[in-house]
Amino acid sequence: MAQKSIYEYDAKKLLASQLIKYFPTYEYHSKLLVITPDTNLDDLANRNPWLKNEKLAAKPDQLFGKRGKAGLLLLNANFEGLKAFVKEKIGKELEVGNTKGILERILVEPFVPHSKEYYISFTSDRNNDIIHFSFQGGIYVEENWDKVTHVSIPIGTDINSFNVTNKLPNLGDLTDVLIPFIKGLFQVYVDQDFAFLEINPFAITDDKKIVPLDLKAKLDDTASFLHQDTWGNLASPVQFPPAFGQKMSKEEEFIQSIDEQTGASLKLRILNRDARIWTMVAGGGASVIYTDTIVDLGYGNQLANYGEYSGDPSREHTEMYAKTIIDLITEKPDPQGKPKILIIGGGIANFTDVKATFTGIVSAIRKSAEQLKKANVKIYVRRGGPNEKEGLELMKQVGKEVGVPIKVFDRYTHMTRIVPLALEEI
Amino acid sequence: MEDYELFDRNTKAIIYGLQANAIQRMLDFDFVSKRNTPSVAAIIRPTQDGAIGYHKVFWGSKEIVIPIYKKLNLAMKNHADADVIINFSSFRSAYSTSKEALESETIRTLVIIAEGIPERQSRDLVRIAKSKNKMIIGPATVGGIKAGAFKIGNTAGTIENIVLSKLYRPGSVGFVSKSGGLSNEMYFTVSQNTDGIYEGIAIGGDRYPGATLLEHLLRFEANPKIKMLVCLGEIGGLDEWNIVEAVKDRKITKPLVLWVTGTAAKILPKGLQFGHAGAMAGSEKETADAKNKALREVGVIVPNSYDDFGDKIKETFEKLQVEGKIDPIEDFEPPSLPMDYTMANKLGLVRRPTDVVVTISDDRGDVPLFSGVGLDTIIEKNMSLGYVIGLLWFKKKLPDFAQDYIEMVVKLTADHGPAVSGAHNAIITARAGKDLMSSLTSGILTIGPRFGGAISDAARYFKEARDKGMHPQEFIDHMKTVIQINIPGIGHRIKSVNNPDVRVKLLKEFVFTRFPKHPYLDFALEVEKLTTQKRNNLILNVDGCIGICFLDLMENLDLTEEEKQDVIDAEILNGLFVLGRSIGMMGHIFDQKRQRAGLYRQPWDEILFAD
Repeated sequence: MAQKSIYEYDAKKLLASQLIKYFPTYEYHSKLLVITPDTNLDDLANRNPWLKNEKLAAKPDQLFGKRGKAGLLLLNANFEGLKAFVKEKIGKELEVGNTKGILERILVEPFVPHSKEYYISFTSDRNNDIIHFSFQGGIYVEENWDKVTHVSIPIGTDINSFNVTNKLPNLGDLTDVLIPFIKGLFQVYVDQDFAFLEINPFAITDDKKIVPLDLKAKLDDTASFLHQDTWGNLASPVQFPPAFGQKMSKEEEFIQSIDEQTGASLKLRILNRDARIWTMVAGGGASVIYTDTIVDLGYGNQLANYGEYSGDPSREHTEMYAKTIIDLITEKPDPQGKPKILIIGGGIANFTDVKATFTGIVSAIRKSAEQLKKANVKIYVRRGGPNEKEGLELMKQVGKEVGVPIKVFDRYTHMTRIVPLALEEI
Repeated sequence: MEDYELFDRNTKAIIYGLQANAIQRMLDFDFVSKRNTPSVAAIIRPTQDGAIGYHKVFWGSKEIVIPIYKKLNLAMKNHADADVIINFSSFRSAYSTSKEALESETIRTLVIIAEGIPERQSRDLVRIAKSKNKMIIGPATVGGIKAGAFKIGNTAGTIENIVLSKLYRPGSVGFVSKSGGLSNEMYFTVSQNTDGIYEGIAIGGDRYPGATLLEHLLRFEANPKIKMLVCLGEIGGLDEWNIVEAVKDRKITKPLVLWVTGTAAKILPKGLQFGHAGAMAGSEKETADAKNKALREVGVIVPNSYDDFGDKIKETFEKLQVEGKIDPIEDFEPPSLPMDYTMANKLGLVRRPTDVVVTISDDRGDVPLFSGVGLDTIIEKNMSLGYVIGLLWFKKKLPDFAQDYIEMVVKLTADHGPAVSGAHNAIITARAGKDLMSSLTSGILTIGPRFGGAISDAARYFKEARDKGMHPQEFIDHMKTVIQINIPGIGHRIKSVNNPDVRVKLLKEFVFTRFPKHPYLDFALEVEKLTTQKRNNLILNVDGCIGICFLDLMENLDLTEEEKQDVIDAEILNGLFVLGRSIGMMGHIFDQKRQRAGLYRQPWDEILFAD
């Protein structure tokens, strides 16, 4: 789904392999390793003697920044220092922003002594690709954002016939190395379908060699079919890791596994298992709106989940989806016996068969009737689309049949009106 | 057509991809909207063989055809009046096909349905469209609709929904959203709260849609028939900020009711991707709350939540009515569309007699059934070919001796050398360079009264004689004086009493040991005793023996006299000969082909040229 972050390790490797195509004098040391909790450092050093022969720099590689400020940066260390750093940090829980997670990847490279740090990044908008360059790189770039030069290059422009030098500040005697570097990098950014690329900082050594230090990148994953010779190769495509600390529950993993089996879409995120407002909404757009409405009406802290089913899922898959949500709602009845609500919502479907999908949900309700009653669950339904009459009738029937309170509304009730109605129960 | 209009009641489209359902839905919409002509001019199917084919569709209750082209350029040349292309090609090929359409002279509007087109490709298409002053709707969209005039592909769902949402005639509201999934809901909401949709567009859920929300709002602003604007925005991107600017600059002056969805993002985990690729806030400015606030501040009608969106639309419309700005709608009863046969059948509304009755097999399930027995069972239990023939020819699970007899006959008849008529013909045909099927049928076509026919003839006459209770001598006399032919199945060119045919010997042995009773063979052997007294080569020959033993086979099955006669009349005996001999004839054909044998010409010295 469009723009996805990749590991710094993968980004550096990709850059190293591509940049020489456009910037032939670029020399990259290719000394780059990832240490995980399973890595045996001594074995690693035997295979990579530079670990013992050179000064080292190490840092986490799990898609979060501000590593220096968080004391997660090892600089100018020897192998023993690296060992101690790894031992102290890896496999440990840390908190980044408000998210807790386990540190599982440490990137190690040769330490490059440098006195000055430069900034470069590339972004895109509708009509342009934009180069952002600054002499003030490193951790202070944000404070010095007014010193960054932005060069917009209209899409379709041949960078080699575009005068970048004119648009940048005077680069002095670095012009002959920086301009080919920036142009080369730009072409890699374009050709490899990057959606974002930031090298902050990079250093320039005394013999005028450019060394990227910290790097962040996003690729447009929809373009993977165009890059089967690089990051989209089918044998080992580049990884798109989840954000730091993002762990899936077993229910979320289960829904993801059935989502992958079908052409339809089944999504589930649990926000708060103890909350009393649950949703099971058809359609990506409608699910956003139902969630919005609950939040807009001031009940965001009581919302238990976010998710959707769409794309005409089969009766069986819809039943599994419904069963998973019903099990979650009924897992822990409210200690004071307060009711929980389940909003089975949706707009007017284009082609999803309401009767077929509702047959699946009804079957799950029927099988879980005792659970639902025990947890005091009240169900509100609103839906339209092919076979809507039959589908909604099934819902009414099952409510009467098993004694679970189900209120059913059709297309003539505004889509989200069941939200305020249901919230009266809370 | 004015610049601000994309479609009218004469708009014709080329559909890239043979999307049968979408095409039929477009024509159904045309029909209920009382268009004079269908909105689909041509279809592109790059995988077809010929340059032009035809696709059948319904126009009301009639059928019409729409040409299918292999290449877009020919379609555009032949249908210069089609100025819309609806591109259903996949995300892999959508870029190149879209580019071709944009670069053409005739296409004015391009719709891209596919989801997952690389962003850089979408942006490049935007660049081309801009330079050529063309409109792109999509990617990642269901399309859009101009009420009563033109419907893109699957927009607005089923025809029932189109009628309920009054999309068969124009109202006064211009609607635009990112989402295609919610457009149906919104069309209905608008129809319930106003006089209906004039035009509705879903620009597509990607980060870089071909045209922005604002571009469509500006078209609606320019269109005097549109009295109010409704827009559903989304978290992510800055498009709504451009709307803020346009309202400030009075480029939009018509009442605009707008809601930006995604207000819940503030309580959801950071980085959670909403439904669309473009729906993620990268900065505070891209949040739904910030955009709703800014819009409200410049005078856009922004509800408090989606929940009162419909109410705000209603209030706004009623105000326009009070101000006398709304012209009365010319509504009409849309012509009802005949129900599809399959649907009517499902609902039990129609019935239709079938044309063909089949009683031996059924391939509709997971496994083909032969007379009720699954092919999987037949293979798993390693059932014989005779068993399969029993199921398909006799509709019976034949006992072992019958299965074995049939297989034995197939083997016995498999080949009789190259000189017999069938094999000879097959060889000549093969050597004339004809294919397997032609060569084989030319051989099979020689099977008849004089070649291979003795089997069924023998069965017929011997059956008649014995069933009438004739004595062997009586039968011989009857054949000589009444029927006036040699007895079929009796006599051999070479074989004789002293030089018996080994095949006959094997058959007789088999029947004596395996068949519980064999009255016809017994009778035939009595006949043979008499004929061989006359001449010693008047023996029961192999054809006769096969036919007569087959009569005994039937005696040992549970068949009535009528059923036995049916088997004979249906030419099942001929069938056994054709089946067996086909093996040999194909062998001869393969043999000739392997040798690359040249054309056969009968030598002159085999022919007497006479006056």
